[in-house]
Amino acid sequence: MARITASVYTSHVPAIGAAMDLGKTQEPYWQKVFSGYDFSRQWIKDNKPDVVFLVFNDHATAFSLDIIPTFAIGTAAEFQVADEGWGPRPVPKVMGAPDLAAHIAHSVIQQDFDLTIVNKMDVDHGLTVPLSLMCGQPKEWPFKVIPFAVNVVQYPVPSGMRCFRLGQAIRKAVESFDEDLNVQIWGTGGMSHQLQGPRAGLINKEWDNRFLDRLIEDPEGLAGVNHIEYVKEAGSEGIELVMWLIARGAMADVAGGRKPTLKHRFYHVPASNTAVGHMILEN
Amino acid sequence: MSLDKPYAGIPGTTIFDAEQSRKGYWLNQFCMSLMKAENREKFKADERGYLDQWPMTEDQKLAVLSRDLNRCIALGGNIYFLAKIGATDGKSFQQMAGSMTGMSEEAYRDMMIGGGRPATWTGKEEKK
Repeated sequence: MARITASVYTSHVPAIGAAMDLGKTQEPYWQKVFSGYDFSRQWIKDNKPDVVFLVFNDHATAFSLDIIPTFAIGTAAEFQVADEGWGPRPVPKVMGAPDLAAHIAHSVIQQDFDLTIVNKMDVDHGLTVPLSLMCGQPKEWPFKVIPFAVNVVQYPVPSGMRCFRLGQAIRKAVESFDEDLNVQIWGTGGMSHQLQGPRAGLINKEWDNRFLDRLIEDPEGLAGVNHIEYVKEAGSEGIELVMWLIARGAMADVAGGRKPTLKHRFYHVPASNTAVGHMILEN
Repeated sequence: MSLDKPYAGIPGTTIFDAEQSRKGYWLNQFCMSLMKAENREKFKADERGYLDQWPMTEDQKLAVLSRDLNRCIALGGNIYFLAKIGATDGKSFQQMAGSMTGMSEEAYRDMMIGGGRPATWTGKEEKK
């Protein structure tokens, strides 16, 4: 039986990818960011998953205004690294897990979440920056990835509670897959940031840290936070944090199991315009 | 019945909802075209000529030509789409975000290193 062994949470700031691609990681500005991932790079080697179910958002890359799916699951065998305008990041292409992805799509749709199935999708920094942060710069990514794109670009975006419940459905789906697979679920994006308008540059350390506390201890209560609070307190792009609730909803305690173990927690301001948050929870 | 839009009153913030998206459809789709290297070259070679191939409003074209991102957003642009213009110009996301605040690039960068803009910001502080 496939099982979800851990969840990983991390910001996916594009400048972090650029810092790695351009060899700037030893600069003091960036050292402070990357120091928060030293533990994680060893941890992922020691706890190598077969598949990562990677929740991220597309930033006007694979999805223009032509089609805006709320939840899109990537069921392809591979995904190319997108050219977002600066040229594609020099990182390996992403290998999918089509059988498991198709199984999850089937199961989750039958649990009343109407996913969009995507067989062709270039993946942007939302997906590749978390891989780089956790794995460094390998020739090939060390595991397969199921990309799961959430619309957080055009309002209304899905609610925190919808995301949390979806995580629960994904857990059921994974556990009903016959093959014996170690699956991790990653929630990415955030933390507080605003990239637009005269209010750009907003950061809210207190709110972010309370979010991390509640994500560990009271995820269901946290899922009840409405959109307007995210925008007011965490900035217009801070709304990406609802994606972390999908990963959290897939943890065992939500289904009546034991509390997860907090393996790692990190918070730093800034990376470019954004507060960086990172956490690892094990089942 | 009108839709619930509680985000309308947040200072210095435009939420990209279906109404903005409709207004900015062609502006944003033009931006998407800049994801192809050959289109970036065509745009750089003749910005006005390239823009004239798109059914955008004159105001939208002028906002793009002057790189006025706040104006682009008011006219329906979304920052993730507009970022393709910045990418074509070789600008970072920090430079683009900073350009909308009225601050110098250095002052904006320093503000971020100092912990960012507080969530209590009202937009009236600078005018004191």
